[in-house]
Amino acid sequence: MMQQRAGQQRPGGQGGPMGGFGRGPMGMMGMPVQKAKNFRATLFRLLGYFRRQKLRLLAVLAAAILGTVFNIVGPKILGLAITRLFEGFILKLRHVPGAAIDFPYIAHVLEILAGLYVVSAIFTYVQAYIMAGVAQHTVYAMRRQVDEKLGRLPLKFYDSRAHGDILSRAVNDMDNISNTLQQSLTQLITSVVTLVGVVVLMLTISPVLTLVVAVTLPLSIITTTMIAKRSQTFFARQQRALGELNGHVEEMLNGHRIVKAFGHEQESVAAFEEMNERLYEAGWRAQFVTGMILPLMTSIGNLGYVFVAVIGGVMVTQRAISLGDVQAFIQYARQFTQPITQLASISNTIQLTIASAERVFELLDETEEAPDAADAPVIAAPQGEVAFEHVSFSYSADTPLIADMNIAVQPGRTIAIVGPTGAGKTTLVNLLMRFYELDGGAICVDGVDIARMRRGELRRMFGMVLQDTWLFNGTIRENIAYGREQATEEEIVRAARAAQADHFIRTLPESYDTVLNQEASNISQGQRQLLTIARAFLADPAILILDEATSSVDTRTEILIQRAMTELMKGRTSFVIAHRLSTIRDADAILVMDHGRIIEQGRHEELLAQGGFYADLYNSQFAARVRAVDAAVTP
Amino acid sequence: MIRLLRYLKPFRGAVALVLVLVFLQSLANLYLPTLMADIVDKGIVTGDTDYIVRIGGLMLLITLGGTICAVVASFFSARSAVGFGRLVRGKLFAHVEGFSLHEFDTVGTASLITRTTNDTNQVQQVLVLMLNVLVSAPLLAIGGVILAIAQDATLAWILVVAIPILVLAIFLIMSRAIPLFRIIQVKIDRLNLILDEGLTGVRVIRAFDRTAHERRRFDTANRDLTETAITVNRIVATLFPIMLLVLNLSTIAIVWFGSVRIDRGEMQIGALIAFMQYALQILFAMLMLSLMFVFLPRAAASADRINAVLDMAPEIRDAEQVRPVGAQRGYVEFDDVTFSYPGAEEPALAHISFTARPGQVTAIIGGTGAGKSSLVGLIPRFYDVASGRVLVDGVDVRELAQHDLRSRIGYVPQQAVLFSGTVAGNIRFGTESASDEQVRHAAEIAQATEFVDGMDAGFASAIAQGGTNVSGGQKQRLSIARALARRPEIYVFDDSFSALDYATDARLRAALKRETTDATVFIVAQRVSTIMDADQILVLDQGRLVGSGTHRALMESNPVYREIVLSQLSAEEVA
Repeated sequence: MMQQRAGQQRPGGQGGPMGGFGRGPMGMMGMPVQKAKNFRATLFRLLGYFRRQKLRLLAVLAAAILGTVFNIVGPKILGLAITRLFEGFILKLRHVPGAAIDFPYIAHVLEILAGLYVVSAIFTYVQAYIMAGVAQHTVYAMRRQVDEKLGRLPLKFYDSRAHGDILSRAVNDMDNISNTLQQSLTQLITSVVTLVGVVVLMLTISPVLTLVVAVTLPLSIITTTMIAKRSQTFFARQQRALGELNGHVEEMLNGHRIVKAFGHEQESVAAFEEMNERLYEAGWRAQFVTGMILPLMTSIGNLGYVFVAVIGGVMVTQRAISLGDVQAFIQYARQFTQPITQLASISNTIQLTIASAERVFELLDETEEAPDAADAPVIAAPQGEVAFEHVSFSYSADTPLIADMNIAVQPGRTIAIVGPTGAGKTTLVNLLMRFYELDGGAICVDGVDIARMRRGELRRMFGMVLQDTWLFNGTIRENIAYGREQATEEEIVRAARAAQADHFIRTLPESYDTVLNQEASNISQGQRQLLTIARAFLADPAILILDEATSSVDTRTEILIQRAMTELMKGRTSFVIAHRLSTIRDADAILVMDHGRIIEQGRHEELLAQGGFYADLYNSQFAARVRAVDAAVTP
Repeated sequence: MIRLLRYLKPFRGAVALVLVLVFLQSLANLYLPTLMADIVDKGIVTGDTDYIVRIGGLMLLITLGGTICAVVASFFSARSAVGFGRLVRGKLFAHVEGFSLHEFDTVGTASLITRTTNDTNQVQQVLVLMLNVLVSAPLLAIGGVILAIAQDATLAWILVVAIPILVLAIFLIMSRAIPLFRIIQVKIDRLNLILDEGLTGVRVIRAFDRTAHERRRFDTANRDLTETAITVNRIVATLFPIMLLVLNLSTIAIVWFGSVRIDRGEMQIGALIAFMQYALQILFAMLMLSLMFVFLPRAAASADRINAVLDMAPEIRDAEQVRPVGAQRGYVEFDDVTFSYPGAEEPALAHISFTARPGQVTAIIGGTGAGKSSLVGLIPRFYDVASGRVLVDGVDVRELAQHDLRSRIGYVPQQAVLFSGTVAGNIRFGTESASDEQVRHAAEIAQATEFVDGMDAGFASAIAQGGTNVSGGQKQRLSIARALARRPEIYVFDDSFSALDYATDARLRAALKRETTDATVFIVAQRVSTIMDADQILVLDQGRLVGSGTHRALMESNPVYREIVLSQLSAEEVA
């Protein structure tokens, strides 16, 4: 019987912590609430996800209402039996002749009651059963939508957003929504039905007693709001203290080597203790205040209970009401406060969820890449001729990066990109691969404007070997085969061999089946670079974008990498972020970049003769190295 | 979990008080139905209004008393549970700060962070629950049983049937659901991993036109998670209706058999009403207890992880009797040193011997994995040698107090690490006594003043967590300034100039040379050009010292060194 749940409310008694992924058992009561900017619109949009499951949701609604109604009429019906029992008992007590307890009647009532309870239990189960499907499928669809959206967002979006922020929307916020759909939604329905049903039933039994119970209502509302207000401040303070403390732990443990080397342990622990103290001060207060809610609500419930017992008792003696009705009423009165507390808690949860949904929807509303044209031209056998025609580009309107740039690269040629900062290479990749759109002009591959091509088609013509190698959590074989689906074992090994990677792979305990861990930290940086070269070999692109930088790579691996790169560049048009003098000197053209802008272009000798930026750069950087070498080899 | 509860000791007075208060409060709640029974049996049946009102007043008093008990209990339980959390957290952090790098390697930094933060919170949270639910539920149940029997011992057989049914139902459902909850966590992690990879590798995924492939990967994981989530939620969905049904059917049974007993004059009506309420109280307490099964395993797992850390003794500890530092300054000697990382088959360093003196620059060169960083890491005793000795100023580092030893060393790591705070605070890290002058001087030598002065508040400018608001090169310069501010006898530069541009690098080196004339300097480097002037170059190859001497000498005599030099300076550059 629901009413007993209400009567003996204990901490943890409300909310539905059995159901989901373990939101705190205290419900969300008292937690600081993050407000949604546009509550209504977001709510309706969220509800829109149920449209496809309208029928099932209606079934849930119907089952929830029926289950609750059947359950809450229980005490009233039970009251009939108690009243009849009481009447018979009183008659017997007064020794009225022939007086007996009307057992057939009581049995009949109890049978009906048992039937009702069984039906109610079935409906409650059916409701939760269907809801599990509805909620999880909805969350599934939303997650899928988010993932697909991420696939259509332009690189610009990824470059301008913190990685953590995107992840938090796709993970934490989705989790919030999922939990709420699973638990709070049905709770909302049952609470409302219970509240309405109980009030109606109480009124049918006795308007006077209902009034008595209603007196306790403002009391519980005031208590709840007062406590909630206080606990929000304490929770906010606790959250701040916790954030500060977690930050400290993260910093100190991540920098442990430095903390040790500089003997900073004592200070670190002292600072921690200070934060820990603050967390304690805020924490116990928050805990105390929220811990009070349930006992206080129980007490208010008890207050109503006592009033009803006394006033109802007096009324029975005056025959204004039957004992069974008082018994039923007591049960209802206790049940009365429960949905109110529950609704208060749910409303917090829902606000939190709507705020989360809003953040997810913001993500879903980001501007997407322009879709590929249906009649996109296809280059069957790419040659690798690349032309920049009057290209202009900038990341933001007020700082133009590239204006009217013209380059023509014949197939198989090498373009060296030189410059003091690294900003240039990303821009080049962004433009060639059409990660960003041009402001003006066109880039053509084999005479076709890349803006007209299907992006996937275009990008397949390119191979990228950059320093920030990306490998995913999987075997080495899978990582190499990333360059081409359905590659045979033989092709994979051949690519690894060409990339000088076969040897080190075979020295690993599981060879090609070695699983790279999340950070790929089980192989060295240089080996990672070799794997990306192997991946490029297998993909066999017409055009390459290479980064020669090999910092934090040991000299022997570096030789391997250079050998592999030279091999890879054979017969392909290559854009090389050049660090080696030989590459620069032999390049068919040099692009000199500074702060992301192309400031000079031409061949080595031409640029030296110009006496410009390149000449300075060459003289300061490379000439010094040449001198160092001279000193080194001529003892 | 239980082992961790030893930290509850300082709070045992408060916890005992909570127990008593919760007991009293439970009694108060339990007593109300008994009084209600009295109202029915003695007041209503006889029509004694005065009696009803009097008992009603008593009920109010008891309610008030119960409330006071509950609030006071809540106060003490909040203070003890959160205080317990503070204690465990503090112990854990202090313990972890005492760890050597070995323990960090074994457990993993990320895991240590989670254990100090999330796991402690998890345990604290469950303790709060335990002090409320776990304590009061059995009291309510037991009290309910006693009072129910007191009201009518014969009817108690209904409870004897209902309770085991309820326990069995809870057990069956939970034993199926809990493992599934764990599986769900694994599947969520998997989904997040795929998402994370998609974000990190977005350029590569698109470059290889594998967006569709990644989407399928995500979808498979998503579907998998959804199916398990539905299964587990459907299993859990049976719990509530079954419990309700048991409760309700028990009530019906009580009314029926109670009526029979009342008919025989063996029982009062008030007792029947009270009995019904007790029965429900008992069964409801069982329900509360079953909730603990959801939270306890999680907290127990957290507690285990915390205990594992607390049980781990740091491998490197100060000797019982530490020796004072010798009279010499800046002498570092490796005496036949062999060192292995735990679990590694091959030693990272084998039989290394050399001596470094004040005013000397010792450079260490070699390929990746040759043991360069491991070698310099032994000087501040980040790790202990397997055999041989590392001597600083003539004393074995294992006999020195770690703090004394490290205070003589200015260490600059490969990866510059900054801490949130100010620029000056970072330079002063570990040398709190450094004056403003000294901080400024250190920054000047490290070529950091130029950009620091350009910042909003100069040396008082804020550094974000992890130093994300300064560039890699700036980070490195501040990290060098930090070492300089200590004015150490020994400098260790572990490949720490990599993010500097050529001009800054040159200026910094020149300034450093002047500053460190009396110091012993170790430089780990990849590039030959940076170390050609060193007084002594140690050439490492796969953990072995394959040569030492000046650049010139090594060029003549050492093939490994020559190979390294020539590989970096290709033939054309030589010409």
